[in-house]
Amino acid sequence: MDSPFGLLAELTYRCPLACPYCSNPLNMAGYRDELALDEWRRVLAEAGDLGVLQCHLSGGEPLLRRDLVEIAAAAHDLGLYTNLVTSAVGLSRPRAERLRAAGLDHVQISIQADEAAVSDRIAGIPSFRRKIEAMRLVKELGWPLTMNVVLHRHNIDRVADVLTLAEEVGADRLELANTQYYGWAWRNRAALLPSRAQLDAAEVVVRAARERLRDRMDVIYVISDYYSRYPKPCMGGWASRQLTVTPNGDVLPCPAAQSLPLPRASVREDSLARIWAESPVMNAFRGTDWMPEPCRSCFRREVDFGGCRCQAFLLTGDAARTDPVCHLSPDHHLVAGAVEAANTGSRAGDPALVPRPHRARRPDRIPRGSG
Amino acid sequence: MTAMDATSTGTTRAGTRTGPGVEVCGSDRPLLARHVRLTFCRTRQRRILLHPETVVVLNGSGAAILELCDGRHTVAEIVTELGTRYRAVPGDEVRRFLTRLVARRWMELTDG
Repeated sequence: MDSPFGLLAELTYRCPLACPYCSNPLNMAGYRDELALDEWRRVLAEAGDLGVLQCHLSGGEPLLRRDLVEIAAAAHDLGLYTNLVTSAVGLSRPRAERLRAAGLDHVQISIQADEAAVSDRIAGIPSFRRKIEAMRLVKELGWPLTMNVVLHRHNIDRVADVLTLAEEVGADRLELANTQYYGWAWRNRAALLPSRAQLDAAEVVVRAARERLRDRMDVIYVISDYYSRYPKPCMGGWASRQLTVTPNGDVLPCPAAQSLPLPRASVREDSLARIWAESPVMNAFRGTDWMPEPCRSCFRREVDFGGCRCQAFLLTGDAARTDPVCHLSPDHHLVAGAVEAANTGSRAGDPALVPRPHRARRPDRIPRGSG
Repeated sequence: MTAMDATSTGTTRAGTRTGPGVEVCGSDRPLLARHVRLTFCRTRQRRILLHPETVVVLNGSGAAILELCDGRHTVAEIVTELGTRYRAVPGDEVRRFLTRLVARRWMELTDG
C-alpha cells in the first residue's frame, strides 16, 4: 500500500449555485455537522504525516466557510500545495488578499458557459459577471488560474467561445470536463448527456485550440466516458493515490463513494493513518484481488483498474462489477442504452434539468471550536 | 499581463521563454515556474515537484538539477556541477530533462 499524494478536503456542501451536474450527494442534509477549524487542522496535519502533498479545498463552496483563510494557512504551513476549488461567488478582494497572504498556491474557478445568460441559467443564480471579475483578481494577485467548465448537452456546442473567454481572462489552465454522472448529475443524466455529433464537433475545436494555445495555456479535456471503449482509470485505483474527507469528517477514496453501501470511517472516530491503512471502506477495492471477469484476466486491469466502482454501483447495483462503460462489460448495454437515447429524438423533447438545492444554509448548529 | 503574453504560465517575468518546442542551450538560466514548487517529502524521503494537478517524485540527480534551477546558474554550469556529483549523468540527459520541463511549462528559461 502506498501513501496518498492528494487530499480532497470538502469543507462544506453548502453552495450558492444550483448546478444540475453537481457531484455532491443528494442527501446534503446529512453533512451539516461540519468539521470545525481545529478538526480540519488535525486532519491536515495527519494527512501531511501520511505523505499527502497536495490539498484541494473544495465543496460545495469553500468560501462559505468563514474560517477558510485559517484552513488554507494551516495547509500551507504544513508544506502542502494548496488549491482552492471555487465558484468564486464570495471571493471579494479583501478575502482574496488574505488567502494570498495565507499562502494559497493556486485557484480554480468554475464557470458554466462563456456568456452571462447561459452561465447564469445553468448556475441557477446571476454569477457570471462576478466570476469574470474574480478571475481577473486572481491573475492580478499573481496566482496561477485554472478555469474549469463542466461540459454537457446544454453548453458543449459553445466550447470555442469558452476557449476564447479563457484566453481573455488569462487562464493558465483550462479544464474542459465532460460531466461525470454522480450525485445530481446522475439524476439529470438524460438531460445532460450530449450526442455523439456534439462531442465530435467539440473535440475538433479543442484539438485545434490546444495546438494554437500550446505556448500559453494548458487545455485539459476530460472525455465523456460513456462514449469510450474502455473505462477511466478512476482515481488511479481505489484508495491508491488520493483520499477525500467530507464536510462531516467521513473519509472516502473519492467524493462519489459516499453512495456505496460500505461501512463509514470518520476522522472524528479514528486517525487518518489507521483509516487509510485498515478501514473496510479503503480496502474494499484496493489492488486487483476483488476483480470479477472480464477484468480479472484483462491485460488492462492495472491500466484502468476496472474503471469506477461508484459508476458500477449506480448502473448495476453492485460496486464489484466491471465498470459498464467498458465494451467488454456484461452490463455494457446499460451505458449503450443511455447513449442511444442521447442520439435519438429531438432537442424539443429533452427532459428538464433538476437543479440541486442552492440555499446557502448555515449549519444547524455552530461547529465545535469555530471562531 | 495580457492573454497574448507568451509567458502566461502564472508568472509575469519579462524576457522568459517556455513551452513546447523550446530548445535548451548552455547559456540559458533555468528557473522553476512560479506555480511549481520543489519540496521534500518526509514520508517518502524524496524531493518532490508539485504542480496544481501533478506530483513528480524525483530521483537524486533530478532533485540535484532542480535545486540548481534558481535563475542564476546556466545550463552549462548545472551540467558541470552534476558531472562532479554524478559521474553517470551526461550533459545530454540534463538538457533533455530540462527541455521536458520547459515543454510542460514547469520551467522558464532566461538568457543573458
